[in-house]
Amino acid sequence: MDFENKKTVIELRDIKRQFIVGDEVVHALRGVSFKIHEGEFVTIMGTSGSGKSTLLNQIGCLDTPTSGDYLLDGISVSKMSKNQLASVRNHKIGFVFQNYNLLSKATSIENVELPLMYNSKVSKAERLERSIKALNRVGLGNRLYHKSNQMSGGQMQRVAIARALVNDPSVLLADEATGNLDTRTSFEILVLFQELHKEGMTIIFVTHNPEIASYSSRTIMLRDGLIRSDKQNNNILSAAETLKSLPVPKDI
Amino acid sequence: MNIHNLFQIAFRAIAVNKMRSFLTMLGIIIGVASVITMLAIGQGSKQSIQKQISEMGSNMIMIRPGQDKGPGGVGQDPSAMQSLKLKDYQYLVDNARFLAAISPSVSSSGQFINGNNNTPSTVYGINNDYLTIRQLTVEEGEKFSDDDIKTGAKVCIIGKTVKDNLFPDGSDPVGRVIRFNSIPLKVIGILKSKGYNSFGMDQDDVVLAPYTTIMKRVLSVTYLQGINASAITEDITDEAIEDISNLLRESHKIKKSEDGTYDDDFTIRSQKELSTMMNSTSDLMTTLLLVVACISLVVGGIGIMNIMYVSVTERTREIGLRMSVGARGIDILNQFLIEAVLMSVTGGVIGIIMGIVASYGVNIFAKWPIVIQPWSVLISFIVCSGVGVFFGWYPARKAASLNPIEAIRYE
Repeated sequence: MDFENKKTVIELRDIKRQFIVGDEVVHALRGVSFKIHEGEFVTIMGTSGSGKSTLLNQIGCLDTPTSGDYLLDGISVSKMSKNQLASVRNHKIGFVFQNYNLLSKATSIENVELPLMYNSKVSKAERLERSIKALNRVGLGNRLYHKSNQMSGGQMQRVAIARALVNDPSVLLADEATGNLDTRTSFEILVLFQELHKEGMTIIFVTHNPEIASYSSRTIMLRDGLIRSDKQNNNILSAAETLKSLPVPKDI
Repeated sequence: MNIHNLFQIAFRAIAVNKMRSFLTMLGIIIGVASVITMLAIGQGSKQSIQKQISEMGSNMIMIRPGQDKGPGGVGQDPSAMQSLKLKDYQYLVDNARFLAAISPSVSSSGQFINGNNNTPSTVYGINNDYLTIRQLTVEEGEKFSDDDIKTGAKVCIIGKTVKDNLFPDGSDPVGRVIRFNSIPLKVIGILKSKGYNSFGMDQDDVVLAPYTTIMKRVLSVTYLQGINASAITEDITDEAIEDISNLLRESHKIKKSEDGTYDDDFTIRSQKELSTMMNSTSDLMTTLLLVVACISLVVGGIGIMNIMYVSVTERTREIGLRMSVGARGIDILNQFLIEAVLMSVTGGVIGIIMGIVASYGVNIFAKWPIVIQPWSVLISFIVCSGVGVFFGWYPARKAASLNPIEAIRYE
């Protein structure tokens, strides 16, 4: 694929991150560089301890690197203050977690509204409108006022995705977003991600499941804090097709 | 981040977890209510004791003839001494400063008779000032007239116990004639009932008559058994006693003896010692209650502190989540501060209401006197709410300074 004409959303330049645990220095990232362009669906893979979660936290502006530079939409965020980072997360990042991280007992719409509550530029009416739109987008238009503890895992993850989409982010980050779901529900969520990708959303999906890589456009493999491989995938499988081929569970 | 959104976030957080919010408030409610109730009971008891003392005549001064003898002296009934005369009374009326009222006092005990009914009681020979001194009120009928006093009229004012004993049929005694020994006395008034005093004496078992009547017609004496007076205020009782002593020494020509003391032929007592003793008892009780209140404030405060601390700590993940979607540390802090203020103030107000209700409950069902002091309401509210707000804010401050990833992974 040709990305030369596409805008660069994310650019990492020699990102290093060390943690000090007791007397020991742990090198989680030892110098990672790559660019991600608008409209890419990238899976970041690696075994546990490979540094993929640390990398995702860097990209998601939840953590700052020990050294190196990170440009998000052309702006360097690696030296930003905590409050500036919070603002970047609020405006440019959509995060989907493995364990959904919804406000328990709150309704779908209250959960989806949350990022906009922290954005004073968004009026109440606009907030509601955008939240409903995001929930419709993930197929939960009929569950606006369901509480999160009354929903299934797949539904909760859809609410989480709607929450990640509601601020119209530059990049959608998913951290093992299908890790807690059964195969069928996982593919349903994956179908949703592929649809969003087709609509032009930039997606970074962290997983240790190699199967998922074949549904994305690019795969970055990490090992011991370094990139081991970075491959374009020219034969993207359709999650919708796979979902159809899965045996339909019989109601007993 | 605008204020409206902030309040909405805080309201939602409270509403979403009603049980937790209720338990948090409960600590504050109980803390405030118990302190208010405790202090209301303590203050009530104290004031009731003070009222009883002042009803006995707290600024009362009693002058009796004779002097308390030291060890070795021969004890003598003071009333048998004849050293206080009417002219002493008159001298004090003319010269004494600091006195609001003064009355001679002679008394005689015996049987009072009305037809078939009779009762033993004591008749006090006094003037109208005595009513002021003892804080007595004539409920029906009248006081003595000046003529009654001057002429030694055969009239009397009776207490409620005497009335009940002599007129058991409930008929109106005013205008009727009762007999004391062989002397007929016309009832011209009835005293308002005072009940028993705190030493168990029936204050209504009394008959009052003009002192002239008792001295001339009953006892046939020229001396007084005592003089009662009351100082203008309780504070100047000591000055009043000093003044009376000097006047009486002057009138009795008592000189200072060689060892610097006076060989007085009278004794002056005031209720002040009694009132001091009673006051110190009630002060002790107030201190005790204050200590109890302080302890319950501390215990309540620790309870509030714990539940606030735990509730914020268990919400660390929620804080992490909020931060991951763009909340700044200050937003988190403000949210928890608003929550803590809302819950503490609501809890405090409910606590004040409960405390007042409980105080009146004690008053109505246990018949204990209560006084709700505004300062006790204020202090309990400020301490409990303050603790609530502080321990809602403090752990939130810690949580808000956490790294979002650490917060969101917090187990």
